[in-house]
Amino acid sequence: MSSTALTIPPTGIVNDRRNFLAGVGKATLSATAVALIVGCESLAQGSGTMSDVNILNTALGLEHEGIMAYQIGAESGLLQPEVLKVAVMFQGHHKEHREILAGAIRKLGGTPVAEKPKAEYAAALNVASIKNQADVLRLAARLERGATNAYIGVMPAFADRGLAQVAARLVADESMHWTVLASALGEPLPAKALSFGA
Amino acid sequence: MIRRFTAVTVSWQFLFALTVGPAFAAGDAERGAQLYESRCTGCHSLDANRVGPMHRGVYGRKAGTVAGFSYSPAVKNSTIVWDEATLDRWLANPQELIPGQRMGFRVALPEDRADIVAYLRRESGK
Repeated sequence: MSSTALTIPPTGIVNDRRNFLAGVGKATLSATAVALIVGCESLAQGSGTMSDVNILNTALGLEHEGIMAYQIGAESGLLQPEVLKVAVMFQGHHKEHREILAGAIRKLGGTPVAEKPKAEYAAALNVASIKNQADVLRLAARLERGATNAYIGVMPAFADRGLAQVAARLVADESMHWTVLASALGEPLPAKALSFGA
Repeated sequence: MIRRFTAVTVSWQFLFALTVGPAFAAGDAERGAQLYESRCTGCHSLDANRVGPMHRGVYGRKAGTVAGFSYSPAVKNSTIVWDEATLDRWLANPQELIPGQRMGFRVALPEDRADIVAYLRRESGK
């Protein structure tokens, strides 16, 4: 696999590794932004339910896992600089997702689920088996595809249709991440339509 | 005559339903493995607790009993044991089976659910 297969958008991130490592845990979206994205009107009307809170918390658990997976990948020393930049960007997206989900959960009266200790993620994701950059990218691609399918699978369960729309926006990010990672790994693009959620 | 035949047929179906209960088509564990990889591994693994609990051994296990996983009170207090029928209902609509549980994921098609359940059963050694 060649790192040159990964392209950085012109408006790409400028974080270096030090900034990346220091950025963990920082909120990246304001409460106003969360309300705008989630739709404060529908939340204020109480159309969401505790069932929606549970679904959002499950999604938040996925985002915690994704953020930590990219963190572990970045700290591994296995990523080439250009690849690290993309990983930083994708981790940033997941941090924004985290803030959106946590904000929505709080607005619905719930408590956002906390992230687990890093060691638990590392064990569950079998990080010890990762030996090179391609292994890191394969793990990330698998998580992104899994998250995509998970979001698709929970959309019908939302009582608040506005939250289903939020999930659709999040899943678009996840599928974009998978596409980039799969391309970097040299994996073929899906030959048929509707490959996600199938 | 036709009306009588229909009545007899319905009666036999009714008796069958009473004595045998709901029938579940035998799933395809190989296809279930593919479905599990594409739909379930976002949150689950066979041998590790992640967003959801580990799945190896789920078939035949009482709900809410995997060590080290933090279940919702609803699942923790459930008396359900996972088999074809309960797993099928869970995958179709978990909230309907155990109100207050946390999983929002649904598998719409019965054949997909049967295949996933067959895979989980196989991986549970049952």
